[in-house]
Amino acid sequence: MRNETVLGGGAAGGYEEPSQCSEHVAIADRDGVVGTIMLAPAVIYVIALVAVPFFLAIALSLSDATVGNPSAHQFVGFDNFTSVIYEAAFTFALRNSIIITAATLVLLTVLTILQVELLACDFPGKRTAQILLILPWAMPVALAAIGWLWLLDSEFSPIDWLLRAVGLLGPGTVLGPANNLYYLGREWLGIGAVVVINVWRTLPLSTIIVLAGRTAIPNEVYEQAELDGAGYFRTLFQITLPALAILLIVAILFTVLVIFGDMTVVALTTRGGPGYATEILPYWAYLKGIQGGALSQGAAIALFLFPVLLAASVLALRMAYRREG
Amino acid sequence: MAILEVRGVAKHFGGFSALNGIDLATREGEFLTIVGPSGCGKTTLMRVIAGLEKPTAGAVLLNGKVVTPLPPRARNIAMVFQSYALYPHMSVADNIAFPLKARRVPKAERERRIRWAAGVLGIGALLHRRPARLSGGEKQKVALARAIVRKPSLFIFDEPLSSLDAQVRAMARAELRQLHDRTGVTTVYVTHDQIEAVGLGDRVAVMQAGALRQIGSPQELYYEPANTFVAGFIGTPPMNLLKHAGATVGFRPEHAMPRAAVPQFKDVATFQVCITRVEFLGSEWLAYGTVDGEFGNAKVLCKLREEAIGKVKVGEVQEFVVPRAQLRFFDKETGRRTVPAPV
Repeated sequence: MRNETVLGGGAAGGYEEPSQCSEHVAIADRDGVVGTIMLAPAVIYVIALVAVPFFLAIALSLSDATVGNPSAHQFVGFDNFTSVIYEAAFTFALRNSIIITAATLVLLTVLTILQVELLACDFPGKRTAQILLILPWAMPVALAAIGWLWLLDSEFSPIDWLLRAVGLLGPGTVLGPANNLYYLGREWLGIGAVVVINVWRTLPLSTIIVLAGRTAIPNEVYEQAELDGAGYFRTLFQITLPALAILLIVAILFTVLVIFGDMTVVALTTRGGPGYATEILPYWAYLKGIQGGALSQGAAIALFLFPVLLAASVLALRMAYRREG
Repeated sequence: MAILEVRGVAKHFGGFSALNGIDLATREGEFLTIVGPSGCGKTTLMRVIAGLEKPTAGAVLLNGKVVTPLPPRARNIAMVFQSYALYPHMSVADNIAFPLKARRVPKAERERRIRWAAGVLGIGALLHRRPARLSGGEKQKVALARAIVRKPSLFIFDEPLSSLDAQVRAMARAELRQLHDRTGVTTVYVTHDQIEAVGLGDRVAVMQAGALRQIGSPQELYYEPANTFVAGFIGTPPMNLLKHAGATVGFRPEHAMPRAAVPQFKDVATFQVCITRVEFLGSEWLAYGTVDGEFGNAKVLCKLREEAIGKVKVGEVQEFVVPRAQLRFFDKETGRRTVPAPV
């Protein structure tokens, strides 16, 4: 709607409609056209690489396709879903996906707040610390996995070496008669190892998101709090955290999205073992669907991830918009 | 007993010297304004008093006790920043309650004091609002309520009126002074606006380049400036300062008049002035001119009443007079006030 002035009285006689603009308007100046052209690549990308595979997965999960015969159009209803649920691995996969994601979230939140508080101060060597802190995220995951595989090795683990050196590991000690902790070969140690690697990997991203918010808090507010008599923890819980609340939630929700559907860490370390003890839904979907060849069952397993991921995405977007609004 | 005492405080930031040995003592219950141009060190001095900065040398005393090594929260000082620094995620009531909660004041007493502070500032209706929904003036009142609720030994205000609209400012100035008179707490008020400083303070401290140039009542600073800086800083328009053979001569714009307007005045100094421009100010006129002769074409400003303006001939050299009692003399090199010299 343009603002229009209604001319009373003189319309009949005094006002002439200006002639239409006859100059050619260049494409670059036509907002509607330029907007569509600029958006098109992104939209095509999302449709081709996200929407199409998603609907394909739904179609596959309702059919009896296999790797050998991927184009089977036989509709089998929910048979795939029910057979997957009755498998022994399912309980473990679902339980572990939830536990690993939840544990990662909790640890991540605490460590993010710690790191942000640390990086908010000035200290000698801060630049170096900042570089070191972002490395886990910048590092290719395969390279990181090799490093972790060494750290968690069943014979040559440096962690075990350290524990032995301080007398916590070995015959007659707290951590058991063996000389090594078999991180990747035990159920709960394996789950713990996956959680630790997940936290290590996602901490930089989470810290950066929250740190941006922390530096936006004016320093005067902290000086005022000091003058008002507030100590460190009162300031942290009543001033810093409320100001960071929305950002923290967004960072956590993004982490849920990354971790819940991620199979790389398990694939490179425990491989779901021993047995199904450290199995997670995305990795099991890969094993069943690609390695095992049962495409339709793999798709069905993968779709169990969908409700959680959808909820997390919607919440994350809502929170992110609220901050801007 | 002086509530606040500053002894020989110096502050260096690397090579830069922000404060060069400041000595200051307030009287109990007084409203002291600290004024000076940007970069004079008044904010640094204020932060040193509050404890937000540690001085390089010197001591700060409160109620007779040395507090220099103590952190801000141990000093029982309330401060209001220029930006008010309200806690954005708390309601007005919680903002005011914060310093009390930090000192673990019991709930009943807390509620009573919040009601009292809100009543004094007239913000009872705003207690449940968040800072984002307050106007500039309302935010200032909340910041003040938060400051008085604690009954501190000293208030420090850092340019509290600069964020306000011009219309609101005059009202806020009067209310601030009334607040001080009502609570009786010693107040240090920092500003760059000399009109504000002179209008509000019981005493005014003028700072320049990290040093205290003069401290005294507004009248003392206006009529008996200790040096050319104070003479030229206090008063609008500032004192005319003319370099003469022996010294620098100063007189206030309102003390210079055309001889023709005041033929009866005796014991005056005469100046040959050529008025180049007159401006109508409403109650007075402002006359811009230059002084000939031994003062070498120095610029002068005169404030003239309606009766005198009729005697001014623009563009011609005229005789202007200043009563000798209103002349002030300053040393040519140091700028310090000296004895009268022949003119």
